[in-house]
Amino acid sequence: MNELQPSNSTMAEQVQIDRSIGDFSYNVDYTFDAGVGLTEETIDYICDVKKDPDWVRKFRKEGYKKFLEKPMPTNWASKDLENIVFENIRYYLSQGQAPKRTWEEVPEDVKKTFERLGIPEQERKFLAGVEAQFDSEAAYSNIKEAVGKQGVIFVGSAEGLREHPEIFKKWFGKVIPSGDNKFSALNSAVFSGGSFIYVPPGVKVSHPLQAYFRINAQNFGQFERTLIIADEGAEVTYMEGCTAPKFETATLHSAVVELVALKGAKIQYITVQNWSANVFNLVTKRGLAYEDAEVKWIDCNIGSRLTMKYPGVIMKGRRARGEVVSIALAGDGQHQDTGAKMVHAADETTSNIISKSISLGTGRSTYRGLVHIPKHLKKCKNNTECDALLINTNSRTDTYPAITVRGQGHSVQHEASVSQINAEQIFYMQQRGLSEAAAMSLAVNGFVNDLVQQFPMEYSVELKRLIDLEMEGSVG
Amino acid sequence: MKTLSIQNLHASIGEKPILHGLTLTIPQGEVHAIMGKNGSGKSTLAKVMAGHPDYTVTAGDVFLNGESILGMEPDVRARLGLFLAFQYPMEIPGVTIANFIRAALQARLPEDQELEATEYYAQLYAKMDALSIPRQFTARFLNEGFSGGEKKRCEILQMAMLKPSYCVLDETDSGLDIDALKIVSSGVNALRGPDVGMLVITHYQRLLNYIVPDKVHIMAEGKIVLSGDKDLALKLEAEGYDWIEAL
Repeated sequence: MNELQPSNSTMAEQVQIDRSIGDFSYNVDYTFDAGVGLTEETIDYICDVKKDPDWVRKFRKEGYKKFLEKPMPTNWASKDLENIVFENIRYYLSQGQAPKRTWEEVPEDVKKTFERLGIPEQERKFLAGVEAQFDSEAAYSNIKEAVGKQGVIFVGSAEGLREHPEIFKKWFGKVIPSGDNKFSALNSAVFSGGSFIYVPPGVKVSHPLQAYFRINAQNFGQFERTLIIADEGAEVTYMEGCTAPKFETATLHSAVVELVALKGAKIQYITVQNWSANVFNLVTKRGLAYEDAEVKWIDCNIGSRLTMKYPGVIMKGRRARGEVVSIALAGDGQHQDTGAKMVHAADETTSNIISKSISLGTGRSTYRGLVHIPKHLKKCKNNTECDALLINTNSRTDTYPAITVRGQGHSVQHEASVSQINAEQIFYMQQRGLSEAAAMSLAVNGFVNDLVQQFPMEYSVELKRLIDLEMEGSVG
Repeated sequence: MKTLSIQNLHASIGEKPILHGLTLTIPQGEVHAIMGKNGSGKSTLAKVMAGHPDYTVTAGDVFLNGESILGMEPDVRARLGLFLAFQYPMEIPGVTIANFIRAALQARLPEDQELEATEYYAQLYAKMDALSIPRQFTARFLNEGFSGGEKKRCEILQMAMLKPSYCVLDETDSGLDIDALKIVSSGVNALRGPDVGMLVITHYQRLLNYIVPDKVHIMAEGKIVLSGDKDLALKLEAEGYDWIEAL
């Protein structure tokens, strides 16, 4: 135990295969292990371990039923989904301890992992609170005292549903019903971990709250569940990061994230997804924006084998705003199937979608966008821009925009472009002394530059580094 | 003596030969001009020296301070001290001038060494002032939406910052009005010195009134057909290219 285990055969090989910072794993003893495969007993096991109240047990079982009923969406999505073997996955793994409030109390092997990923350091530098999830449960969860004093609640989902049922129950599963799709149903059945955040009226949280999701075990499925409620006039920024070691077998990550921005509130949700290339990342994310409220998703997908994620905003109140800014980088063998859903459900609502994707080698990026403005509404606006950059001749990009606008007096704009970095640009940069890989990196960073600016500084630096690493491997 | 030396260079694009045995030596400290009609192979010479992937060298060699550079990647040649001011500089969206030049300078340092930012910006601003480039250009994306004159000034700015030992200026005067021509020329003249060799490629003599060459070479059909001093350019201006063909 506590010994560093290279996840692929040799260290040298590992360094060559995966240059990313997250590719390592420690041997950890799990106190609770739901075993392999999913049945009603698995769900009962999870309920018992987590000491779920009855209504949660019932909610899980209904979710399980819907999961079994719902077909795989292979009729419109990638056939690669058929390669997920649900019977081979472990649905719950934990050391059975409540999340710690200080890093000193976190078990050594888990602490080492997060230290290596730089989480405690980031927390000291620029975060208002951190939750660090290791496999099924949070190992650490803490909020800066000053923020807690303002009445902000930032805890794990289990603590949220136990300690704050009056707020939790009101919104849980309401933005995304468990039967929304097969994977939201699966998450509803076996969810564990994730954050619960409540920001009281008028409170503006000045620094971001952050969650970090770490998969350590092989054949494992991580199913966190996050619920964020910003009460009237409140403002909060939440960031999530994630990594996993590169295993030979497939790993599943299937989260559900629900956001509620009440009147005049603002929620900004930032994701930097850097799962290893064996992870199926199938995530449902949606926000509700009430009158004059704003929900903004800033979504960056670099890792995973297949990501399917279409953050959405339902603009329920007058003048509500929804925004999705997304960057996807599909490397060799990866498929980033991402996009946005904007549902206008009140007058004078505004939505904005900006998506940029980069496909390298045999990588494939797909944009799917849905914009819905029904007939009875007035003065709604949508702007959609999606730009794709192809690096190699065998790279692929697809765009599937679905815009339904009924009624009059709406304004809708849609622009799309596909471009390639041309050889003359690379030659020009090489003539200034930059290697071919450095020239490519610079051009790719230039392509996403305007979107990267929207990330907090610490994340934009990390993003640039990740893009550089990907490009280094793709040239030569 | 340190030189950039081109020996019996033959080069083609696809199946089409363009350079037919060109020989030319530029010592450090001298400015040479190549003049020639359109299609004589002037720009091909510049691109072949810089290592453009579209061209194939079929015979001959190019030596930089005695070392053959033809087997090297374009960036390796650049880091050895070869700079090409492009006739048509490329636009690089999203990459600012300041970041680009910084990356190019960083590429010349050992891996564990970080470019000193304060000093870098001090130098950059000084050179920009000398070339009458407004400060806000540092934040503009490289060549994107630049006028012809702005692009050429930006080329000279890069040249001044990267301090090459050999500069090849490919039709730097094309697309410049007289004011821009004066600014660009004085920028080039400021870089002249005992440690720099320059090759100025131009169609017109006009540029050579401002950048006065030590030697002038006339190029036709892929090789040098006549060499002389700066008066040769004046003769060419007065009499046109036709008498060359009669030689």
